[in-house]
Amino acid sequence: MEPLIRIRGLSKQFGQGCERCLDATGPEHDTNLCRYCGSVMACNDVSFDLYRNEALGIVGESGSGKSTLVRLLHFEWEASGGTVELHRSAGLDNLTDLFEANSDYSRNLLGLTHFQKRQIRNALMGIVYQNPHLGLRMQVSSGGNIAERLLGAGWRNIARMRERSAELLEKTEIPVARMDEPPCNFSGGMQQRVQIAKALSNKPLILFLDEVTTGLDLSVQARVLDLIRNLRNEFKLSMLVVSHDLGVINLLCQRTMVMKAGRVVEAGLTDQILQDPQHRYTQLLVASQL
Amino acid sequence: MLTVEKLTKNFTLHILNGKRIEACKDVSFTVPKGGFLGLAGPSGAGKSTVLKCLYRTYLPCSGSILYESASGATVDLANLNDRAILDIRTKEIGYVSQFLKVIPRVSALDLVMEPILERNGVSVEEARERASGLLKRLRIPSHLFDAYPATFSGGEQQRVNIARAVSWKPRLLLLDEPTASLDTGSVGIVMEILKELRQEGTTMIGIFHDTDLLESVTDAVHRIC
Repeated sequence: MEPLIRIRGLSKQFGQGCERCLDATGPEHDTNLCRYCGSVMACNDVSFDLYRNEALGIVGESGSGKSTLVRLLHFEWEASGGTVELHRSAGLDNLTDLFEANSDYSRNLLGLTHFQKRQIRNALMGIVYQNPHLGLRMQVSSGGNIAERLLGAGWRNIARMRERSAELLEKTEIPVARMDEPPCNFSGGMQQRVQIAKALSNKPLILFLDEVTTGLDLSVQARVLDLIRNLRNEFKLSMLVVSHDLGVINLLCQRTMVMKAGRVVEAGLTDQILQDPQHRYTQLLVASQL
Repeated sequence: MLTVEKLTKNFTLHILNGKRIEACKDVSFTVPKGGFLGLAGPSGAGKSTVLKCLYRTYLPCSGSILYESASGATVDLANLNDRAILDIRTKEIGYVSQFLKVIPRVSALDLVMEPILERNGVSVEEARERASGLLKRLRIPSHLFDAYPATFSGGEQQRVNIARAVSWKPRLLLLDEPTASLDTGSVGIVMEILKELRQEGTTMIGIFHDTDLLESVTDAVHRIC
């Protein structure tokens, strides 16, 4: 089977950069800050494939570039370099110019216009942030939050959007009677579940989960993880799971990449990463787990 | 069906200043289709390491593990890519660890049903029937079927673990001391189940500490020292 999405050499640099940036940053220097010009190499030369119906984990400490990677793929930030190509089977044939006639993969998505990127995001992607404030409008009703996303994906019928919102909230265990309340009235765990409902509303093929359980208390964390596990099976999602919690990764992902100072230091089967880590940093990470 | 040649695995521990631990060295053996090979040797000889290399939980340092897959192609599990390994694992290879590593908050019955549903393409009812039949046979009381195995006794957990691994009838089954925490009665049942599985064509490689058991169930023994 061919990958749904192919990512090659993805990079993000803050600052003007210099010739020595690449040599001065990275895991062996334990920093992503170039000491010659002060640029930050937040994410450097990251390549991987994401397949259908698979959960790929990304672990690493704070500042290793995990969230940057997600923001680049979600088109929130402009990448400094690299390519992202989508397989034809993603079903975006209606977008003109995306695919060349004789190729299975799209043009580099990073080179598209803002409008096209938004179209792709609305049609294919969902994201759940660690901080619900980023993913939700806190003062707008939960149903309205979901409807906003459905509008973006081309829905127009109000009654049908309401129906779909109720269905999703029910799936994510939010009492439907409270769908007209704004998320600011909800607990942290509930907000997170509204965010998941919103992310799933357009039936995405790719779901980005950025530290979704960090900061939730243990029993709530467990319910959110159970929910994600069930939804993955139900919707056949491809997920990119960013977490610094190895337990979360172990539970959700078959394959895992380890990042450090903006680069991928190791990638492999999740059980292999946890039981036979190769890189110095991964060994430290695994040995530090409680 | 499986030919292991000069399999070597070392661990380099960077956090202990690059200390090297030699786990197994130049291990070679062959298992014919439908065979049952026992691995023997003292504690720490590297028996489990070999099994984990076969399942690729450990990355072998050198040597080859030639596996004849169901599709007829021979692949080297020692350096096959991750996706292909996952594919073979889901379709063909089962692994029984010494202890149950539970997914939290999944009931015993669901744990055993899951691989059947995922791999055998049967209906939920049939999967439930097969799973509960297997659990019953392994003497798990039926009122525990919907409980979480984390709360079970050690022996019960291990029987759930075995049920989960054999339920979907893998083509190759790796057994890492599956019976170490079981009483004699349960061991007998497990052996019976393994025997039936072999009659249906499953090839097996196993580690057993009990020498009598080792010799009675396997048809060849490879000693690692």
